[in-house]
Amino acid sequence: MSDIDLNLQIWRQKKSDSPGAFETYALDKISTEMSFLEMLDVLNEKLTKQGLDPVAFDHDCREGICGMCGTVVNGVAHGPEKEVTLCQLHMRNFKDGDTLVIEPFRSRAFPIRKDLLIDRSAFDRIIQSGGYVSVNTGGTPDGNAIPIPAQTAELAMDAAACIGCGACVASCPNGAAMLFTSAKVSQLCLLPQGQTERKQRALDMVATMDKEGFGNCTNERECEAVCPKSISIRNIARLNREYLMAALSEG
Amino acid sequence: MELNAHIPAGPLSEKWDNHKFNSKLVNPANRRKFKIIIVGTGLAGASASATLAEQGYQVQTFCIQDSPRRAHSIAAQGGINAAKCYQTDGDSVHRLFYDTIKGGDFRSREANVYRLAQVSNSIIDQCVAQGVPFAREYGGTMANRSFGGAQVSRTFYARGQTGQQLLLGAYSALSRQIHAGRVTMYNRREMMEIVLVDGKARGIITRNIITGEIEKYSADMVLLATGGYGNAYFLSTNAMASNVTAAWRAHKKGAGFANPSFVQIHPTCIPVHGDYQSKLTLMSESLRNDGRVWVPKDVNDKRHPRDIPDAARDYYLENKYPSFGNLVPRDVASRNAKEQCDLGKGVGSTKLAVYLDFADAIKRDGQETILKKYGNLFQMYEKITDSSPLQEPMMIYPAVHYTMGGLWVDYNLMTTIPGLFALGECNFSDHGANRLGASALMQGLADGYFVISTSVANYLGTNSLKAVSTDDVAFKEARQEVENRISKLLKNSSDGPTGKVTVDEIHKEVGKLLWDNCGMARNKQGLEAALAKLPALKDKFWNSVYIPGDMKEINQSLERAGRVADFLEFAEIMVRDALAREESCGCHLREESQTEENEAKRDDANFSHVSVWEHKGEGVEPVMHKEQLVFENVTPSQRSYK
Ligand SMILES: Cc1cc2nc3c(=O)[nH]c(=O)nc-3n(C[C@H](O)[C@H](O)[C@H](O)COP(=O)(O)OP(=O)(O)OC[C@H]3O[C@@H](n4cnc5c(N)ncnc54)[C@H](O)[C@@H]3O)c2cc1C
Ligand code: FES
Repeated sequence: MSDIDLNLQIWRQKKSDSPGAFETYALDKISTEMSFLEMLDVLNEKLTKQGLDPVAFDHDCREGICGMCGTVVNGVAHGPEKEVTLCQLHMRNFKDGDTLVIEPFRSRAFPIRKDLLIDRSAFDRIIQSGGYVSVNTGGTPDGNAIPIPAQTAELAMDAAACIGCGACVASCPNGAAMLFTSAKVSQLCLLPQGQTERKQRALDMVATMDKEGFGNCTNERECEAVCPKSISIRNIARLNREYLMAALSEG
Repeated sequence: MELNAHIPAGPLSEKWDNHKFNSKLVNPANRRKFKIIIVGTGLAGASASATLAEQGYQVQTFCIQDSPRRAHSIAAQGGINAAKCYQTDGDSVHRLFYDTIKGGDFRSREANVYRLAQVSNSIIDQCVAQGVPFAREYGGTMANRSFGGAQVSRTFYARGQTGQQLLLGAYSALSRQIHAGRVTMYNRREMMEIVLVDGKARGIITRNIITGEIEKYSADMVLLATGGYGNAYFLSTNAMASNVTAAWRAHKKGAGFANPSFVQIHPTCIPVHGDYQSKLTLMSESLRNDGRVWVPKDVNDKRHPRDIPDAARDYYLENKYPSFGNLVPRDVASRNAKEQCDLGKGVGSTKLAVYLDFADAIKRDGQETILKKYGNLFQMYEKITDSSPLQEPMMIYPAVHYTMGGLWVDYNLMTTIPGLFALGECNFSDHGANRLGASALMQGLADGYFVISTSVANYLGTNSLKAVSTDDVAFKEARQEVENRISKLLKNSSDGPTGKVTVDEIHKEVGKLLWDNCGMARNKQGLEAALAKLPALKDKFWNSVYIPGDMKEINQSLERAGRVADFLEFAEIMVRDALAREESCGCHLREESQTEENEAKRDDANFSHVSVWEHKGEGVEPVMHKEQLVFENVTPSQRSYK
């Protein structure tokens, strides 16, 4: 355990429609045992005591599962460590004297609300357009009446692990939401429960994705590289197949 | 305050069916005429929103986070119980009922717990149908694991992300109803007040977290599914936004608060390491299936754990509780960890930790098998502590985790305010003085998917409600109250921070006061001292808290301040409740009431009741009422896990 001194450059923006800019803050004696968000807490306590406006940022579970946190740190969504969210990133990944440039996830479809806090409700609307199996409560068959090979369940779970943080969108040069959308489409098309609505789901979710202003996928693979849950781009291939099959059989 | 639990007549196993038959219904065509407000989108709120909207009601749902999918339920790791008995190991509805009553140390209602066990199986079926990817055996059937306090394997799971997968299932059902226009979803709203008209719950006041606007919403009934209040302690395993505000506002408007001192301290969390720490991370209880808990026998043994031979280790849980071993219930495991640390046997730099060791399991089953079960938990542990559980034992210590206490509800889940219902962790209903692992997810989904719709129909079918609108005076007054309160919170801040305290400083102070005096072990002296200190702390907060920014914008300091203000008031009834209960039961250990073997000693003659607190006005002492517990089907016994 040791302490490090940091130079922070943080994106400050008062409202969605106000101009933003980087501000510089010096932060000394940060324990390397701290999480990244705890480091921001320390900064915010310091700013508060100086009568300055603390930095707004989203967070909730602080254990890498709610998908609420996330900023770009030195050009990388969720920072330099692989397969972690920002709240799980620890300061032992940085060295004394480092400069950290911290900015929000940027995308046309994710308006900035304040500082590092953004609006990701477009993701909700993608799910609303088809990311489910249409069953009502009650009257469902016994769980074991739908046998699912362990391997299939594992594959579906790999895709279902998406936390909806938006790092994939922020890292894609086109601002595409393909990794997010394909994860849900894959989970449901792999499982027997998802078969009935398989085609319509792919068509509707892709249509919503486009409508919300997300870009197209050109296989840059940046999304997979930053995904804290290691969602594979094989899901994107699967979505493309699903979409093509659905579109062809429609026409 | 009248406490009628409205437990249906008849034998235990027929009560729920009788009740459903005797409850009033609302004709499908009429349902769209009724508006229901649901606050919270965790397992309880999301499942209730989806179910009621599917049935045809007009639903308005609210949550603090930017999306309903991010409710705190998402963080549950280990699993969900059900009495499926897929393993043919002797499980049954009755056994799940019995284990839950016994695990709760005979401080919960028989009828509620039995219903929970009855509907548990439908929950699993529902979630499977939604596409929740539960773990499967190679043959395709569903897999189970064991959890503490049970000798059967009844826990269903999706890796170490069961809460996430169940919540995403409920969220998908909710999303479908939002798409269909039957649920209006309000994200980033914090409920600040409940509105009563003619004594009935008819709406809520919220603060829009983005614009700071104070908004009014009306309905025919209000359902709270706002989760637990563990964050009163500042450090807990709960998400940062978890709060008591919604429940506390309801309490101050007349809802009884039951057993506020019943707080579960989870035995396996990553120990505290610095004063900047913002939350504690849970390591799932499922780890105790294969991990062995131990401390060095000798207080002065400074060797690396690997160099300490078996003979010099004390596997204290296995030694003391041979039949349950490492799988004793949480309260017992936590208390024993504290006892070892109090004896000076704690390990690590703070001496406030014990080992949880996987070496034997890895030797027995191989690294691959162990990683398959716990890989993501091991990874999470390593990310935080920089140490690999494959190489050396984990270090763990108990942390605040779950609150059994909550709004008092009757069998219908209605609070003492007509038309106000409480679901999930924010009610007190099923777990008595201690909750068994994997039973909170079960309860949240039971309440939302399978219980509440009967209550909703019955309430709407038996009450003729007059039309109300948000222009009514009750709404204007409630909004004014909220605005005044916010102005009062901001009153110290116009002349800068000098000489002031921050919100977090006060939150940490009240948290520590509670942890030290109303935590794992409690006594009269400590509780009285804490009660004496609370008023001054409250004054310090209101007279010197500094909150930057103003109310008409995103202001995260203001959000936290409102929650801390409520925790400060709430702490008082927590401590009073712990003080009044002069017995030990479940998680509530009064040092004055222990058996010769230092186990919690209940006093059924005097304390076989739910304690329900009534708010009597600002500055007036609250009053405690009792709901006597009646046991007709089980005989309360001294719990033994030996
Ligand atoms: C780390 C961890 C692991 C766990 N693991 C397990 C497990 O393996 N098995 C198990 O059975 N249980 C587990 N639990 C317990 C379980 O997760 C919770 O008890 C359960 O999820 C609570 O669900 P809920 O729906 O009642 O509330 P929550 O999921 O807490 O949801 C509360 C909702 O209310 C909203 N809300 C709160 N206050 C307000 C307000 N004032 N205004 C507007 N909205 C508000 C929030 O936005 C949120 O949507 C675990 C808990 C933790 C902390
Ligand atoms: S705060 Fe929940 S994922 Fe980071």
